[in-house]
Amino acid sequence: MTVLDLSTSSLREVNSELQSASTGDFVVENPQGVHALACGLDSAVTVRIDGPVGYYCAGMNQHSNVFVDGNAGTGLAENIMSGTVTVSGSAGQSAGATGHGGLVVVHGDASARCGISMKGVDIVVGGDVGHMSAFMAQGGNLVVLGDAGADLGDSIYEARLFVRGTVASLGADCIEKEMRSEHLEFLAGRLAEVEMDADPADFRRYGSARALYNFHPDDVDALEASP
Amino acid sequence: MSSDWNLRPSYTFSPDVLAEIRRAANTGIYSIRGFGAKRQVPNFDDLVFLGASMSRYPLEGYREACGTDVVLGSRHAIEPIRLDIPVTIAGMSFGSLSANAKEALGRGASAVGTSTTTGDGGMTDEERSHSTKLVYQYLPSRYGMNPDDLRRADAIEVVVGQGAKPGGGGMLMGQKISSRVASMRMLPEGIDQRSACRHPDWTGPDDLEIKIQELREITGWRKPIYVKVGAARPYYDTALAVKAGADVVVVDGMQGGTAATQDVFIEHVGIPTLAAVPEAVRALKELEVHRGVQLVVAGGIRSGADVAKALALGADAVSIGTAALVAIGDNDPSLDDEYRAVGSAAGFWDQYQAGNDPAGITTQDPDLASRLDPVLAGRRLANYLKVLTLEVQTLARACGKSHVHNLEPQDMAALTVEAAAMAGVPLAGTTWIPGSTTDR
Repeated sequence: MTVLDLSTSSLREVNSELQSASTGDFVVENPQGVHALACGLDSAVTVRIDGPVGYYCAGMNQHSNVFVDGNAGTGLAENIMSGTVTVSGSAGQSAGATGHGGLVVVHGDASARCGISMKGVDIVVGGDVGHMSAFMAQGGNLVVLGDAGADLGDSIYEARLFVRGTVASLGADCIEKEMRSEHLEFLAGRLAEVEMDADPADFRRYGSARALYNFHPDDVDALEASP
Repeated sequence: MSSDWNLRPSYTFSPDVLAEIRRAANTGIYSIRGFGAKRQVPNFDDLVFLGASMSRYPLEGYREACGTDVVLGSRHAIEPIRLDIPVTIAGMSFGSLSANAKEALGRGASAVGTSTTTGDGGMTDEERSHSTKLVYQYLPSRYGMNPDDLRRADAIEVVVGQGAKPGGGGMLMGQKISSRVASMRMLPEGIDQRSACRHPDWTGPDDLEIKIQELREITGWRKPIYVKVGAARPYYDTALAVKAGADVVVVDGMQGGTAATQDVFIEHVGIPTLAAVPEAVRALKELEVHRGVQLVVAGGIRSGADVAKALALGADAVSIGTAALVAIGDNDPSLDDEYRAVGSAAGFWDQYQAGNDPAGITTQDPDLASRLDPVLAGRRLANYLKVLTLEVQTLARACGKSHVHNLEPQDMAALTVEAAAMAGVPLAGTTWIPGSTTDR
């Protein structure tokens, strides 16, 4: 295990070491809320960060497993491609934004725009998510054990949203959908994987009504005159 | 034209206005089209170069050296981009353009030592392999956004806005969402796709500064980072982009093209390129970073004269989009019958969103796309870029400049009061710069 200390090393030095490693376990001490920590990782390393991190922690993650023992700022694991990013505390706005794959786990709450434009990532939030979460969400799964703020899933495409608590309001073109067996199975698997204790049957599923997928122009010229 | 003088046309309700009212009444949907602003706005034609005379010494037109190279990204990037000519190819997506068209742009630009730019939809292997210098756009939608592509790009352009639609996101209509385009963007096939207009994980220049730091950390501080804005408030936007840490600021005027946007947006939002350049330069000079942070100007650049005037106002390079498409065959008169068959005519075609482009450029239809020979089209683009460069050199030499970057506002006069005010150069034959308290 390699220990990297941000009180004695620069962000560039720490990120360079993490980015150039092909394997191994790392611990990052004294993160002190620094931005862009452990971003751009591209190999199967394991990184444990002891303390709070700023913006874009583990941004664009590929293959690696990053664990933050603390809270995370805006854009946690933004555009994650693969691997796992876990936060013991809460996450700021836009957690998992535009993520293409992989898994993001927030044990506390996530703020506004959680999963915005998500494209295939799975995001599991132990607490609540803020307003406009899963805005324009294209793919993947957002699982919320607590409540969801206003305008959940506004302009959503094909992502699946599962919320155990209340939903303040649904955004444009987002509707409640039937929970089928495959959804219950998926939830049971994911919840077990992230070691969160919840009954899949307590969740409701939301997704796209697909009414905004295409413009619907009229063509009055083609109509017969009304009688 | 009618000879019946009783038929008095309305200036306010002109034929195109009447046609649009009828179209709106029939369909109930706003007009969506490609191309850029079509109405007349003050532009570089309203400026002239003064040339050398008794007080200035010209350079020989063909013999004396007149440099055209430009370095972009020297502020922070370890590996700035070095271009042989001050004209680059603007961002246009695979999706809006066919793969052959993207290849042609790469071939043409590479042949003359300049860069091309990806668009809203990610990087294709074809454009990477055919572009020796490729700028990777980082857009609100993040379609196809991939850290591997980020690292194999030669520069990164954070797109805040574009001249055709400052404040608006992109569109790609269902007929162009082929299976390949859909899978690159991770969207269902055939939907009318609307791209986000706001970045999902940052808001405002303070956040952008942190976002740029992240992009630099991921690319090892090697790649230049551009920030592109639509010309709306270029003085403030340029200053804020510099504050956020940009190496290069790209300002795209309202004549800049688009693949698909509401006509009302194209024609009524943003300011002309001519008006935007001096304001961007003013911000750079006040911050004492003019030439240190490079300025790239886009939006309706057509000729070497336009390039030279943009440079003389203080730009380091220009970008072309629409002109590059025309060079590779867009709106070609030889296709007039086919343009007419789809309700347009050569020279008027702006239905880039429709996907049925007879020239095979703005389409994903394999049969149409195969009409464009990327090798020949690339050669046409290279020739056009050479002509632009020769024209800039001709004008620069006439003004006595041994490098095109030595052109300056004092080399020009304006033909209209509006252009004099916007460009900050005197009305021709006078010392008057409207709005300026000091005569020149």
